[in-house]
Amino acid sequence: MFSRSISLVLLSAVGLVACNSSKKTDGAGAAGSNEIVVGAYLSLSGGEATFGSDTRAGIDLALEETNAKGGVKGKKVRVIYEDDKSKSEEASNKVRQLIDREKVVALLGEVASSRSEAGGIIAQGKQVPMLTPSSTGVTVTKGKDFVFRACFTDEQQGAVAAQFVAQKLGKKKAGILFAADDDYSAGLAKTFQAHFKKYGGTVVEKGFQKDETNFTTYLQGLKKESPEVIFAPVYYSAMGKIARDAKREGIPGSMFIGSDGWDSPDLLEAVKGGELEGAYLTDLYAADAPYENAKSFVTAFTTKYKRDPNSLSAQGYDAANMLFAAIERAPEVTPLAIKTALAATKDFAGATGKITVDANRNVNKPVVIVQIKAGKFTYHSELLAE
Amino acid sequence: MNGILAPLVTGIAQGSMIALIALGYSMVYGVLKLINFAHSEIFMMGSFFGLFALQHFAGLNPVLATALAMILAMFGTSLLGITVERFAYRPLRGRGKSSLLRITPLVTALGASVFLQNLAQLLFTARQRPYPRLFAQTRPLIFATAVVVMIALELVVKRTWFGKAMRALSTNEEAARLMGIRTSRVIGITFAIGSSLAALGAILYCLDQGDAYPTMGVGIGTRAFVAAVLGGIGSIPGAMLGGLLLGVLGELVKFSGFEGSVDIPVFIVLIAVLLVRPAGLLGSTRAEKV
Repeated sequence: MFSRSISLVLLSAVGLVACNSSKKTDGAGAAGSNEIVVGAYLSLSGGEATFGSDTRAGIDLALEETNAKGGVKGKKVRVIYEDDKSKSEEASNKVRQLIDREKVVALLGEVASSRSEAGGIIAQGKQVPMLTPSSTGVTVTKGKDFVFRACFTDEQQGAVAAQFVAQKLGKKKAGILFAADDDYSAGLAKTFQAHFKKYGGTVVEKGFQKDETNFTTYLQGLKKESPEVIFAPVYYSAMGKIARDAKREGIPGSMFIGSDGWDSPDLLEAVKGGELEGAYLTDLYAADAPYENAKSFVTAFTTKYKRDPNSLSAQGYDAANMLFAAIERAPEVTPLAIKTALAATKDFAGATGKITVDANRNVNKPVVIVQIKAGKFTYHSELLAE
Repeated sequence: MNGILAPLVTGIAQGSMIALIALGYSMVYGVLKLINFAHSEIFMMGSFFGLFALQHFAGLNPVLATALAMILAMFGTSLLGITVERFAYRPLRGRGKSSLLRITPLVTALGASVFLQNLAQLLFTARQRPYPRLFAQTRPLIFATAVVVMIALELVVKRTWFGKAMRALSTNEEAARLMGIRTSRVIGITFAIGSSLAALGAILYCLDQGDAYPTMGVGIGTRAFVAAVLGGIGSIPGAMLGGLLLGVLGELVKFSGFEGSVDIPVFIVLIAVLLVRPAGLLGSTRAEKV
């Protein structure tokens, strides 16, 4: 009852704020004006706030570069950002608001799969193309011909993680620790398990609720089964706490295998005591990856923000550029034309590698394996899903 | 440690933490019959105050730094608690029709909670800030603190003049005022004590397992509230018992094969207990509460 009444109050408060802000921007996105308006809904506050703001940094950089070069089709591009507070129900509201009120021609967002799913349903219903920079959940694009992604899927990521653990590391028994009530985490856990078993491995799994903060009992339970590695496809906020409890239980950091949900400077900050030293994770990108456009992106990013980009910024940058390129190629600036152009994206040279959109609106990119070395994410190798 | 003992130990530590926060809900309810929903936000503020203090005293000996941070955070949250009481609850006290007497403060409590949460977001941003790891073992300390605090509180309530005033106020506010008790002051001090306990709990919680962020109070606040109701809201040993029960139960569920659904058995137990004992385990059905 408590949290429900809280969210009710919050919701109405948000509604009020939204009403106010709309007055300022109303009409700016109308057709025939001399700018192209794109909407972006991201988790700019809440549990995965750094995901949202890092993605925004990448989008902003792409936007700045594009507008400096004269924009798209000779028009300036403007991105309207909306904060969904890391909540699915807010994601739906924000997408509805961007489409109905701001009349955006295309959407960028979200990071978390559960929120891309929620937003994607609305975008599909309203027939506005949506491009998610880094949602890897399998069902995000499924059956929605207006929803695209610029990253690999969890199917690919989980398969590569299993392949890496079983073949490159040669491990036979894996523990899995995942958030049972989170699409992303549970989906990856499932895929990993299926593939790992295919390679002849055995698994023990422990699912937790995503807002839990005490992992001692789960880790003790896993430790008792003495797995060789622990696959923990969870978001960085939970991983910091897991790493800390693991240290207390004497589980070395190098035993952990993670996923792109780990990729946040906040995780490195939380484990600067070396709790995760030597751990591997499957990721979308590494700043020191040997790609053509990676270097120029890193240079531009560090010049603008005075810090290193992470995978979310890189994905945000690539997704924004991919969308701008599609708008440029589209015969007219309408949602339908942009959708068709996006679907035809081929060999787009991004900072995270070459991007080609397939018939299911997914992309097959190699998965980057990153290792935590001396408290930093460092490029280890890359693997293509078999 | 093997078998069932380890989750029991973790559960006791977890439960003690919940109990420290539950005490705040219980005390305020005991005196005012008000469910102070802002308490979970006081807890959150306490963890921020503690974090800033710890960052400030970073160079000092960890024990000393923690002690100083606790004192500062407890002082900060007491002021905050008194302020919330002064501006959100007191103006409404005793006003309105009898049917609304309970509802109006409940709504302002919710309002205060949302206000504090958004204020924190504005002041400290939504980022989760990891606490420094100062101690290898925090859990025995948490349990010891909770027991000491509970005993001290029980003594205050049962043995001191102030406790007597609290109990009198709880029985009948108007009669207490007519007897010369400064009810507003007693209520203010009750809020101050409850809020400082929230800060104490917050720092212990964060040192053990938490990050500080604006919405952190919601999860643990709900649990603490449930613990207070389970143990008998208004009863101090009840809050402790409820907290421990909730903590141990949660860890046992994680230990069993039903992990990932911790809340289900916890709430089944809550409903079962309330069906048999509507006032909670140690709650009395009469008015003598604090």
